[in-house]
Amino acid sequence: MSTSQPDSVGTMPVLVNEQRVDLPAGATVQQLLLQLGLPRRGLAVEVNGEIVPQRSFDERRLFVDDRIEVVSLVGGG
Amino acid sequence: MEQSSDAGPAIAPDLLRIGSQQFQSRLLMGSGRFESFELMAAAVAASAAEVVTFAVRRERLYDSSGRNLLDFLDLQNLKLLPNTSGAYDAAAAVRLARMGREILRSLEVPVDNWVKLEVLGDSRTLLPDPIETLRATELLVADGFEVLCYTSDDPILARRLKAAGAVSVMPAGSPIGSGLGVLNPHNLQTIVADLKATDPDFPVIVDAGIGTASDAALALELGADAVLLNSAVARAGDPVKMAWAMRLAVEAGIAARAAGRMGKSRFASASSPEIGLLTSPVGVVSRISEGLGKVKDN
Repeated sequence: MSTSQPDSVGTMPVLVNEQRVDLPAGATVQQLLLQLGLPRRGLAVEVNGEIVPQRSFDERRLFVDDRIEVVSLVGGG
Repeated sequence: MEQSSDAGPAIAPDLLRIGSQQFQSRLLMGSGRFESFELMAAAVAASAAEVVTFAVRRERLYDSSGRNLLDFLDLQNLKLLPNTSGAYDAAAAVRLARMGREILRSLEVPVDNWVKLEVLGDSRTLLPDPIETLRATELLVADGFEVLCYTSDDPILARRLKAAGAVSVMPAGSPIGSGLGVLNPHNLQTIVADLKATDPDFPVIVDAGIGTASDAALALELGADAVLLNSAVARAGDPVKMAWAMRLAVEAGIAARAAGRMGKSRFASASSPEIGLLTSPVGVVSRISEGLGKVKDN
């Protein structure tokens, strides 16, 4: 589905909630959230099965084909 | 929380203790299946619940409405309790619990290390998987969680979950969303008696199956410390009114439990005196009933 290397214009594909998202190469979690228009608050982010704490959003870099989950609270019993 | 009846006796029921937390309300509310966030918030307010449960789900990336249900709730006074719904094994439950904790941390709420553990074994009956539930409890307790553990009404499993470190054991009254009430009151009484035998404050919460106010009152009369419910309110004809009814029901149930119900008898027992009757009573059963057929309730 995707290439395994950054392409010539410096973007890279990642999978967010099983949907392909193209990010600038070397983007951080925070840049991903900005691109998707999501807040920092009220979310949990997991990259390749590991939780990324909110305080690390600005530093944590993403790589080609990372599998990312972004979850929040919804109504439930 | 003010008492619902100003005319009542000065009954201040003990606080509900769950792990490191304590609450005045005996009602924990789910936030699912409401027609709107506004209705959910109004029902939660009417219920006087201090704990509201949520599920952890994938954020919608492109079609999000921008409305967040948390914006509708008073986060200063409500405690958010994430659940692990959707988990069918211990690993999935642990993953969801950790995500829930991370969400709570990002919200900087005072309590962020607790979870309503729910590990189901079957998507049609929604019955819990006892083995995976116990396994997940052990893993989450080791990871520092205060685990409120949804389970079947099996007394031995309840004992094992408490021994594994759950801060509350939450037996189902009947299947999730069924509204069938407390189907096995004897098991519930056994669980309560067993878990509280050496630990009277250990909270037993009836979670799932409550259909209407009398079910909630009964659960508390049988010895449960609280009820957790969702569908009974969300799917009621008037959810806000039913939330209010549930508030009254748990107050009534805990007060009745504290008061101690009368014993049951197979026979009638007149409230009016038999001395001074103008005519003789008719019938023999009333003559022989004295001291017979007393059924001890407890």
